[in-house]
Amino acid sequence: MRPLLSWIFEPGFFSSDPVHVAFVIGGAAAVVSAIVGVFTVLRGQSFAGHALADVSTAGGSGAVLIGINPLLGFVGFGIIGAGVMDGIGVQRVRGRDLATGIVLGASIGLAALFLYLDTTSGGTTGATQQILFGSIFTIDPATIPVVIVFSLISIGIIATVYRPLLLSSVSNEIAAARGVSLRLVGLLFMVALAVAVGLSALTIGAILSTALLIGPAATALRVTKRLWSAFLVACVLGVGCTWIGVLLAYDSYYWGSSHLGVPVSFLVVALIFVLYLASGLPIFRTRRRTSATQKFSGEPLRARSQSLIDSTEDPRG
Amino acid sequence: MFSTFMINAWLVGTIVAVIAGVVGFFAVLRGSAFPAHAIPNGAFAGAAAANLLGINTLIGLGVFALLTAFGIGTLGRRGRNDVATALILVLMLALGALFLSRSVEYEQQIYSLLFGEILGVSTTEILPLAALGALSIVAVAALYRPLLLSSVAPEMGEAKGIDNHRMEMLFLLVLAVATTMTVPVVGALLIFSLMIGPPAAARSLTDRPLLAMLLSVAIALVTLWCSIAISYVSNWPIGFFVGMFGALSYLLGRVFGTYRHGRVGGAEVRHRQLIPATPG
Repeated sequence: MRPLLSWIFEPGFFSSDPVHVAFVIGGAAAVVSAIVGVFTVLRGQSFAGHALADVSTAGGSGAVLIGINPLLGFVGFGIIGAGVMDGIGVQRVRGRDLATGIVLGASIGLAALFLYLDTTSGGTTGATQQILFGSIFTIDPATIPVVIVFSLISIGIIATVYRPLLLSSVSNEIAAARGVSLRLVGLLFMVALAVAVGLSALTIGAILSTALLIGPAATALRVTKRLWSAFLVACVLGVGCTWIGVLLAYDSYYWGSSHLGVPVSFLVVALIFVLYLASGLPIFRTRRRTSATQKFSGEPLRARSQSLIDSTEDPRG
Repeated sequence: MFSTFMINAWLVGTIVAVIAGVVGFFAVLRGSAFPAHAIPNGAFAGAAAANLLGINTLIGLGVFALLTAFGIGTLGRRGRNDVATALILVLMLALGALFLSRSVEYEQQIYSLLFGEILGVSTTEILPLAALGALSIVAVAALYRPLLLSSVAPEMGEAKGIDNHRMEMLFLLVLAVATTMTVPVVGALLIFSLMIGPPAAARSLTDRPLLAMLLSVAIALVTLWCSIAISYVSNWPIGFFVGMFGALSYLLGRVFGTYRHGRVGGAEVRHRQLIPATPG
């Protein structure tokens, strides 16, 4: 037993401070991302989530430039980006990909400039790699309280607007008919999304944070139809992938003789991707066969609301 | 600015802008902004892999761009399109990070692959780039009518016997070829700006497809030429200017479009949003 355990957990794993910090921050980021991610997938806003990740890339590299904590840059820019995307029409289905793409492109341009200035005049080495692909083992432990506060803010927003958010995710029309302010709910959701993206940017890097956001949630929505079990499954998968990724990355230092190690972010993303692929296997599909037509969970609700819309008079006449 | 080592930059920049204008026009028309962002990032992993194995970068770029396009096409057909695109995108980026972490010149390489290095184009590279560019233009020309129809009215295309899935796959492949040649110049992250900003601007200026495509090429050319010139003078990265001018052209186009359509058009557009996006 003991050799097996020490083979899985290489020496010093449990006593290492960077590992503790990585576990806490990675765990918090995974939980927030999973919960926000379920709504992101339901609302079909994966692209917006990814665009916010690129917006926070600019924020993170800007933060390095002026010497503040990257997390503040990630979240700050993310929230500004969410506001801009909302302003130029990200809520509409028509043309929202374009609005998202334009914000994305502009912020990558900014990131290019900030990272260039970081490496040339700032004298900081490794900024490009640290911001883009993350470095969870080098996070300052003092960041933990900030991470916890941001996590609570993001989950708090989701909890507050839970019902209208769910309704508008399933059908904008029904939500509007019930008197939900789509604009306000959409904007609040984008803020929660920006915070979640910022947290996972800290964990696995800004341009990879989409993995933690979309992957566990999409996998969960493929294996279960109930929303609450989707939240639960997504959280378990997200935290599991992050922690196992951290463990493997720690161990990978001892693999082979080169002592190069494998980047944490690669391991986390690879695990998430494999899980998503596995959830498409037939054994997980049996339950869904029972209700005929849908391709993914959320479809029955959507189909029901669509039939409701169809039965009322077509507004286009 | 026009010294010998800059000639290559101008030449390649011009080719890239033409391709981005043409292919980007369809990307915008089809609402394929997300795949247009994902495929170049897949190519980034390919460049990193080629670097690690010591083979020609262009081969790595091409293979990985095609793989990404296939992945998005097949995974996206079942399940959710945007989710599949997002996950393949981050997987490719993560692979790129892994490959690059094995090589020595880590930092600088990531930067130039992601954000572009227009001055790094050598004379021997121009010919293959031009060939790939010509290939994607020919492909778009050959597919022009069915692609246009399946982009603007998929149901009507279906009725005329066009296989929309096949069209999507073919378009993704064209996107992959176009990407392969543009990534070394403006970088994986920023080719996207050039593919989305100018065509989006062109579309709000005119409703006629061929004219819009030509306009989109023209705007892309101006964007990239200005970016090269200002980047040369200011010594700041070209990617910054491409990103900013891309967004600027979109905003100007939108302001002009609103002005052109006037208040009546605006009301019509607003009315259309209230109707469910699904064809009913």
